[in-house]
Amino acid sequence: MTGHLLAAGDPLFDHGLNFLVILIVIIKVLVVFGALMTAVMLMIWFERKVISDMQARIGPNRAGPYGLLQSLADGIKLFFKEDLIPDRADRFVFKLAPYLSILPAFLAFAIVPVGHPVTIGGHHFDLQLADPPVGILFLLAMSSISVYGVMLAGWSSGSKYPLLGAVRASAQMISYEAALGLSVVTVVLASGTLSTARLVADQSHIFLASWNMVRLGVVPFAIFFIAVTAETNRPPFDMVEADTELVGGFVTEYSSIRFALFFMAEFMNTITMSAVVVTLFLGGPDGPTPHIYLLQEIVPVLWFVGKTLAFLFVAVWLRGALPRLRYDQLMDLGWKVLIPVSLGWLLLVASVMAWHWWALAVLAGLVLVGVGLGRGFRVGALRQDDAAAAPQPEVTR
Amino acid sequence: MVPGALFHFSWLKIPANRIDFLTFVFSAAIVLVGAVNVVRQRNPVLAALSLVMTLFGVAVLFVEQQANFLAAVQIIVYAGAIVVLFLFVIMFLGVDREESISEEPLRGQRFWAYLLMALTFVGLLLAGLGSRFGSGVPSVAGTLNDNPAHPRSATPDVVVLGKSVFTTYLFAFEITSALLVIAVVGAVVLARRPGAGPLAEEDDDEVEVEVETAEPEEVST
Repeated sequence: MTGHLLAAGDPLFDHGLNFLVILIVIIKVLVVFGALMTAVMLMIWFERKVISDMQARIGPNRAGPYGLLQSLADGIKLFFKEDLIPDRADRFVFKLAPYLSILPAFLAFAIVPVGHPVTIGGHHFDLQLADPPVGILFLLAMSSISVYGVMLAGWSSGSKYPLLGAVRASAQMISYEAALGLSVVTVVLASGTLSTARLVADQSHIFLASWNMVRLGVVPFAIFFIAVTAETNRPPFDMVEADTELVGGFVTEYSSIRFALFFMAEFMNTITMSAVVVTLFLGGPDGPTPHIYLLQEIVPVLWFVGKTLAFLFVAVWLRGALPRLRYDQLMDLGWKVLIPVSLGWLLLVASVMAWHWWALAVLAGLVLVGVGLGRGFRVGALRQDDAAAAPQPEVTR
Repeated sequence: MVPGALFHFSWLKIPANRIDFLTFVFSAAIVLVGAVNVVRQRNPVLAALSLVMTLFGVAVLFVEQQANFLAAVQIIVYAGAIVVLFLFVIMFLGVDREESISEEPLRGQRFWAYLLMALTFVGLLLAGLGSRFGSGVPSVAGTLNDNPAHPRSATPDVVVLGKSVFTTYLFAFEITSALLVIAVVGAVVLARRPGAGPLAEEDDDEVEVEVETAEPEEVST
């Protein structure tokens, strides 16, 4: 019964546990922590710069070269601000919420493979913090936990707008989790494993062609990306903190370092989720690599960082380009479009993998069901309009 | 490349079973503290949070038993969805006040509750000491084919679980899912107000939210 905890994990633990192994793990944790914090700082600067370029402004340009140190300056400023706790707040939960928000953001990054496995000092280890056998489920667990921070922050503030933000957050996150999970299931079905390291290895046969984005059709990738944007409350899905409707949403009553923690958590989530999209659908660190000493370990990491940067840019671009969705549009998109489409695509992929002619029948069936559903929604919408118009016929627009 | 043997510190090796033991002690402590707090907390929100704490402890215990999948599902379903819905209801219905636990609606209920708890506890202890739990065999789903020499070659628990759920226990599995569908349909029927026109959403939680956000629009027209 010994060593169950370590049995199916990292190859690092194959020869038992000694202090060098623990040292390597601690170094990995510190490196990931430092890299994430730096990345968050740079991400805030990147977002502000890109957004201001899109809006024909200059953006931060005072602190450091090109304003690079702006987020550091903001952080120091926030740290020294007065830390207010509202009278009607639940003090314990109010203080707890920012940490509940930032912890899942950190933990979720632990399963992202940054590069291919390397060997140092006779130790063979993955360039990722942990490779649990349930890898990708751990990500889903963390993203479902991250709702607590937002929800409890809104509730414990003891005022109206934060509570509305919290309620929106919980409804939105639960709605989009289903579509998120279903598109992950498609990936798992194709690769036959839950471990992220093996998911990446499974995609690195042919450049581009064996990436899940191409191999599974673009649909699961698109659904995953939309659902992830909604999960992280990025615009156009930032109903949770919609400043035109809810003042500041769940962060209205927060100030000082607790406010900063919420924002760090949000940016960290954006980075983590971009990295996860790259891992699941773009082959992670996969890419043409020269087989030269040292270079063959560094170039995959550069591939990974480059792909993640592309997604971070898209996230900022979406914020610059799209207006915020209305709440009912958000719910319609989640329940009536993303979930049926991802479910249908899952069935299609499963039947293609199982048997070929059967797949055609399923495809035909899906088309029929899709047409039927579309017709149903149309009729429903028309009747709703009729019902809304009937009681007060004098209203004309 | 440094020679590995120099840095192995074999004289400082940590026995793996001690790690198992420490993990068990810590997670068991978390489970117990959380469970006691669920009952003791007067504030329902804090009680729900303690429940989350217990669920996390149980998830760690699952991982220790190599039930990785169960651990992940425990977090996703219970901590991530069910307790979130608990909190949702607590916040919405405004029962987030502290309850007085000094008054007794039933006379002498406290004594009988203690007695029942003691009996249950003794019964559990006897069951645990006297026999193997439940069916009397270590596992109903099949073993994990654990080969101590090659721990990484063990069958993943997801595979074992999937096989048993979709072959031996298929009927129970399907019946359970049918039960859930029936419950959902029943909830929709019950939540539907007669003669209120077309229903906006299936989920009654969202109907609440819809009302909240729809109000300003109607005012403006």
